[in-house]
Amino acid sequence: MTNFIFQRLIQGVIVMLVISVISFAIQDQLGDPLRELVGQSVSESEREVLREQMGLNDPLWQQYFRFLGRAVQGDLGQSYFYKEPALDVILKKLPATLELVLCATLIIALISVPAGVFCAIKPRHPVARAIMAVSLVGISVPVFLTAIGLIYLFSVELGWAPSYGRGELVTLWGGWRTGLLTADGLAHLILPSITLSSIMLPLFIRLIRGEMLEVLQSDYIRFARAKGISAQRVYFVHALKNTLLPVITVGGVQIGTLVAYTILTETVFQWPGMGFIFLEAVNRVDTPLLIAYLIVVSVIFVITNTLVDMIYGLVNPTVRLTGVK
Amino acid sequence: MERKTLIGALLWGSLALSTAHAASLKMAYDADPVSLDPHEQLSGGTLQLSHMVFDSLVRWDADLQFEPRLAERWERVDENTMRFYLRQGVKFHSGREMSAEDVKWTFDRLKESPDFKGVFSNFSGANVVDAHTIDLVTNGPFPLVLHNATYIFPMDREFYAGKAEIVKNGDSFASRNVSGTGPYTVTYREQGVRVEFERFADYWDTASPGNVETVTLTPIKEDPTRVAALLSGDVDFIAPVAPTDFKRIESSDNARLVTMAGTRVITFQMNQNRVEAFKDARVRQAIAYAINNDGIVKRIMRGFGTTAGQFSPAGYLGHHPDLVPRYDLDKANALMAEAGYADGLNITMMAPNNRYVNDDKIAEAVAGMLSKINITVDLKTMPKAQYWPQFDARAADMMMIGWHSDTEDSNNFYEFLSACPNADTGWGQYNSGNYCNPEADALTVQANAETDPAKRQALMQQIEKIVYDEAGFIPLHWQNLAWAAGNHVEIEPVPNAMNFPYIGDLVVK
Repeated sequence: MTNFIFQRLIQGVIVMLVISVISFAIQDQLGDPLRELVGQSVSESEREVLREQMGLNDPLWQQYFRFLGRAVQGDLGQSYFYKEPALDVILKKLPATLELVLCATLIIALISVPAGVFCAIKPRHPVARAIMAVSLVGISVPVFLTAIGLIYLFSVELGWAPSYGRGELVTLWGGWRTGLLTADGLAHLILPSITLSSIMLPLFIRLIRGEMLEVLQSDYIRFARAKGISAQRVYFVHALKNTLLPVITVGGVQIGTLVAYTILTETVFQWPGMGFIFLEAVNRVDTPLLIAYLIVVSVIFVITNTLVDMIYGLVNPTVRLTGVK
Repeated sequence: MERKTLIGALLWGSLALSTAHAASLKMAYDADPVSLDPHEQLSGGTLQLSHMVFDSLVRWDADLQFEPRLAERWERVDENTMRFYLRQGVKFHSGREMSAEDVKWTFDRLKESPDFKGVFSNFSGANVVDAHTIDLVTNGPFPLVLHNATYIFPMDREFYAGKAEIVKNGDSFASRNVSGTGPYTVTYREQGVRVEFERFADYWDTASPGNVETVTLTPIKEDPTRVAALLSGDVDFIAPVAPTDFKRIESSDNARLVTMAGTRVITFQMNQNRVEAFKDARVRQAIAYAINNDGIVKRIMRGFGTTAGQFSPAGYLGHHPDLVPRYDLDKANALMAEAGYADGLNITMMAPNNRYVNDDKIAEAVAGMLSKINITVDLKTMPKAQYWPQFDARAADMMMIGWHSDTEDSNNFYEFLSACPNADTGWGQYNSGNYCNPEADALTVQANAETDPAKRQALMQQIEKIVYDEAGFIPLHWQNLAWAAGNHVEIEPVPNAMNFPYIGDLVVK
């Protein structure tokens, strides 16, 4: 097991190195950070002085190695806009994003499993057909529209949910500021979580339905039925277990993708998470913040993938992790 | 007896005070200020904040006139000196009383600021006369002393002493701590999330009708979300408002919209160094005649703009009432033929797509209009962060630029946009067309030293006329400004053409 984790660690470091090289290579394409730091009438010579001070005139490879030298000491540079270490800015915003992803994941899990199973057991039932039709629409509607639609319906017209932000927060141990423990904070989570889950929910309903249909065809289910086991037990104990195996793998990878999708959701809801500041950083050409974001997200990907592989190994003993002897 | 009247007066006074109840206000802007340091970045956000936490010597009123603030009155002592008499008994948030020394200290700091020193380049210094009198001295006669005084927001020199460094790309004391004389103190700030203000108990302007006790400023970046937040009552006041949302607000029962003609002009420049044909004034005129300004304002801006035939909006000294848009396709085609370009031209064009209201759509429309006089346009639009380096490199034949005069004076337009490019003086820094008329430049120099407003007006109108006749650039329109607020907020009196609503004077029912 330690060997496996060690291998993953090395893979993770390689991924981060590659990400940092790529983000360094593209930073020139994003624009000139100086333009975002100074007013319109500041002269070019004045900007040149600042550019020199910030080390932006040095060759790219020199800037990269300077970055690398600091990065190994945990310093990913200073955000131009927040004027704080970029990593601190990201980590401060991380709780907001993780809570959003957590709530969206819960919504997906709680709805997709029963809905998917139902559609597999009773494929011709009108409700099953309705679920499949709605999920098709759900896949094709852009997140942005879903979000605006929800805001206008539930905030403006009905007045049931707040339209933006995180609401009232409570500080937990370690400086984690959570919205999960106040009524106001939870109310603020509703619309963004539904929006974020709307991307993956249809996918999971379809995935579970498909897997379940396949499992129901298999011999052991037929034998179980022939043995006289109740339908409920066949569906929810025997069939569901095997259905969920591939779902776990896909799910783990998709949680990572969900983090990426927070960029849009957070922007529309002015959700102060890291997805929101990523888009802001692109607009402001805040390169240190951008690079820090990409590295933190790649760490999240590596960790979730490793965890998924480990869980998969536990759930399905026939699978052996590479490196585990 | 005397004592009784005194008590009576006190009681009456407290009653009168209590009728104006203390209110709170939630504002949403598209962005929050980058720093609490008023000298770090010359931007709308910084100035908006400055008007809340600080007070300027003088400020603009809604009709573009000067209103005395920390300076009660002023007089010209000699050609180069303007004397300001400061209000007495004005307290900083720290409790210290403001004096002329603080104004001098602030002035000196402005001269050090990379963003502001350009605005103050015509000043040689500030001299303290006595505790409440200060002289601003210019290099030669200078007509814009009061314009510049709107940028002087006295800072508490003892509060900042030793920690006053202006840092543009890093942390500094002044970017996180603040002591001004303004109506509000900052009680909480989480950058990008919210800023909270509380009314300063010792604020000098007790005559101000403002009754807003606490203000929360939240950035909401997306236009539809910001409007939704207003309509759902989550916030009380929003700016800016996109033209597409006007109807939604106007049809709402609990919010209303205030719009006002703005002073930012949107233009195109034609690069004479890249395209030989643009050196011919007739070709440039043809382009001006081919542009349907009115169509752009009506269709694309949905009325949210004022068609422009020149740089200076109405209210500016240089505004020339005769210089209006000149849409006439026949004339345009005739001019093209006369110049020998009846067969047309192929040109490139660039515009930003997230800087001005509907910028990319405007560029598309202009490209379409030019096709009617056989000019084929290869248009590229891009986010502003990528656009400015392209603009600096003069990377296309026609480039869009919008401009707001930092001094609210016409000369700023000429110096930056239409003067002959000159690296030494910095003139023409944003003149990507390389249009150059030495006569206009000479007039600009003259206007810079003319302190008689009538003579100055004549000079600047003459410049507008020259540039108009030679079609030095293509003016499109002045962008309007819009704010929206809940019905309980009496916003009408506080907005102004500079887009800094004076929240200190705001009344909330």
